[in-house]
Amino acid sequence: MKAFRTHTGLVAPLDRANVDTDQIIPKQFLKRIERTGFGEFLFYDWRRTPDGALDPNFPLSQPRYTGASILVADRNFGCGSSREHAPWALDDFGFRAIIAPSFADIFANNCVKNGLLAVLLPETQVATIMKRAQEVAGYRATVDLEQRQVRDDFGLAAAFEIDDFSRRCLLEGLDDIGLTLQHEAEITAYEARRFGAR
Amino acid sequence: MAVELQKPIQERAPSAAGPRTLFEKIWQEHVVCEPPGQPPLLYVDLHLVHEVTSPQAFDGLRAAGRRVRQPQRTLVTVDHNVPTTPGHLPITDPIAARQMEALRHNCREFGLTLYDIDSPDQGIVHVIGPELGATQPGLTIVCGDSHTSTHGAFGALAFGIGTSEVEHVLATECLPQQQPRTMVIRINGPLPEGVTAKDLVLGIIGTIGTDGATGHVVEYTGEAVRGLSMEGRMTLCNMSIEAGARAGMVAPDEVTFDYLRGRRFAPKDAAWDEAVARWRGLKSDAGARYDKVIEIDAASLAPFVTWGTNPGMVVPVTGRVPDPAAARTVAERGTAERALEYMALAPGTAIEDISVDRVFIGSCTNSRLEDLRAAARVARGHKVNPKVRALVVPGSQAVKRDAEREGLDQIFRAAGFEWRDSGCSMCLGMNPDILGPGERCASTSNRNFEGRQGRGGRTHLVSPMMAAAAAIAGHFTDIRRWRFQ
Repeated sequence: MKAFRTHTGLVAPLDRANVDTDQIIPKQFLKRIERTGFGEFLFYDWRRTPDGALDPNFPLSQPRYTGASILVADRNFGCGSSREHAPWALDDFGFRAIIAPSFADIFANNCVKNGLLAVLLPETQVATIMKRAQEVAGYRATVDLEQRQVRDDFGLAAAFEIDDFSRRCLLEGLDDIGLTLQHEAEITAYEARRFGAR
Repeated sequence: MAVELQKPIQERAPSAAGPRTLFEKIWQEHVVCEPPGQPPLLYVDLHLVHEVTSPQAFDGLRAAGRRVRQPQRTLVTVDHNVPTTPGHLPITDPIAARQMEALRHNCREFGLTLYDIDSPDQGIVHVIGPELGATQPGLTIVCGDSHTSTHGAFGALAFGIGTSEVEHVLATECLPQQQPRTMVIRINGPLPEGVTAKDLVLGIIGTIGTDGATGHVVEYTGEAVRGLSMEGRMTLCNMSIEAGARAGMVAPDEVTFDYLRGRRFAPKDAAWDEAVARWRGLKSDAGARYDKVIEIDAASLAPFVTWGTNPGMVVPVTGRVPDPAAARTVAERGTAERALEYMALAPGTAIEDISVDRVFIGSCTNSRLEDLRAAARVARGHKVNPKVRALVVPGSQAVKRDAEREGLDQIFRAAGFEWRDSGCSMCLGMNPDILGPGERCASTSNRNFEGRQGRGGRTHLVSPMMAAAAAIAGHFTDIRRWRFQ
C-alpha cells in the first residue's frame, strides 16, 4: 500500500450530503476484475450527461478543478454499498484525501487500505474549506497526517482525529495482512481451542 | 463447503465486567489476540464470497503467494451478475461472463466449493447462507457486501467488508477490528395490521436517519421484533446498513431454532441439543448497557413508501411528498430539492397518486418464501395493470422450488407478473434487469439511490405486499384497504 505523510493540492468541492458509493462508481463499472482503471468512471452519472459529454454543472467537470487531489464533501460520505471500487476510483482519478464531517464505516475502512486519507473535521471547518474551494481560484490545502492537521494559506489550521493504528498504516504504507500473519501462532492456538485439534 | 459446528470455547475466567450485551458476548469470544498498538484480531467463522467483490482479493493472494486459510469456512456463489431469465441464460454481457469465469477459476485454484449458476443451491448469498443452515447464532460472518448485516437476524455478528478485507480474511481468517459502539432499538408493542418488517425498518431509518447508527452495532428488541419470523428479522437486519450501522442483530430464540433445525449445515442429533443450549445464552444480560438507546412505539408505524433518493426519505402511504421548504436546515432543504427534482415529484403530491411503470419483488431484503407468499396473497385473483411491467425474482433456487411447489408462480403468472430465476436482479441492475431513464419503480429492494436500478430510474422502496398492490392498481395504494380475493 502506498504511504501517506503530508499532501498539498488543489481542493474540489462536492457540496452534497450522503454521497453514496453508487454515485462514486456506478454499478455498470463494477464488472472489471482489476483494481485499476476506475478513475475515468468516477461519479460517472453526475460528471457526464446521458450522451457521455462532460456536464459543466458538476464541479469535477470544470477546468478550474482539473488536477484536484483533495475532495471536500458534506456528511455521511461513502454510504451504501461496500464496494472498494469507490476508493479505487477516487485514487485512480488523482485524489489523495477526502475531507468531510462524517464518513460511512466501510468506506472509511476501505480508504485506509488504499492509502487514501479520510479526514474527519467538524462541520464548521468543512464549511469553511468548501466555501474557499468554491470561491477562491486555485484554492489549495495541505493535509498533514504526521501533525494530524489541515492547513491553508488563509490561516486555517484544523486538527483532525484518526486512530493510531490507521495513522501508522498510512504513514508507513503497511501491509496489514502481513501484520496479522505475524500472529499465526495465536490464530492456530485459537482455532485449536475453539474447534479442537486437526 | 461444510461449516463446522461452533464448539463451546473453554470457559474463561468469569468476567468482572458485569452484565454484557449480546454483541459483547460474541465479540469477546472471537478476539484471537490484542497486539499492542493494533486493534484486536477478530476471528471470522464464516466468509461469504460472490463474484463482484472478490477477483482482486484472489489476485492479491496470488501475488503474495498466499493460500486460503479455511476453505471449509468459505461459502461462494454467483448472484450479482447473473441473468434471471430461465436457466440464468444467456449471459450476453461478456464482461459479466468474464467476472463469473474468474470466480470459477479462483475457486478451483484455491480449493473452494462454488454454488455456481447451475447449482440447485445457487442464490443471493444472503439468502442461501441462512437457507443452508450455514448462518448460525453466535458466529462471526463477513462478506464483501454491505447487506451482510442480514445474518445478524440469527444472533450472529455479521458485517460487510471491502475487497482488501476479503483478501485479509481469505489469507488469515481474521480481521483487525476496532470495537464498535452499541445501540439498542426497542420496538414497543405489536406491529399493526398491514405493517411488515420492511415497514418497520423503513420507519426506523426515517426516524434515526441514514447515518443514525454509524459506528454502532444495533440490537433490535421489543415485542414487535420478537413477533417477527426469521424472514422478517432478516429483512430488518438487512437494512441496518441503510441507517449506517456496522451490523444489526436479534437475539436467537425458539423462532430461530425452529428455522435452523434440520438444515444442511446445522448441527445434528446430540450436537444440536448442545448447540441450542449454548445459543440460549446468547442474549443481552439484564442491566447490560448500550451506548445509545432508541425506543419506537410500533403503533406509530404504517405501510411506508420512500419518496426520495435515500432510504431515510420515507412517508406513510397515506401521506404526501414533503415540502423542502419545511426542512430544518439549508443543507437539508437542498438535499430534498435535489431528490424531488431527480424523482420528478412535486411537494404535496399524495403518495397514492403516484403511478408506477415497473414493479420489482426480490433482492436480499425481500425475496424469501414468506415475502413471495405475502405478495401472492395480494396478487391472487387480480391482474397487473396494463401500464405496468412487474417482475418476481426468488432469492434462491430453493425459494423458487418451494414457491412453485405451493403454486405461487401460478398465481403470479395468472396475474401477469414475470416469474424469474434467482439472483440480485433489478436491485442493483448489474445484470440485464434494469430500469430505463425516467421509469418509476415500486421495489422491495433496499436502496433508492439515484441510478441504482438503472440510470435515470426512479425507485420507491416498499414491502412485498405494497409492491404487489402497486402493480395491480398502477399506483401506490394502502394495503390496509386491499380487497384480498
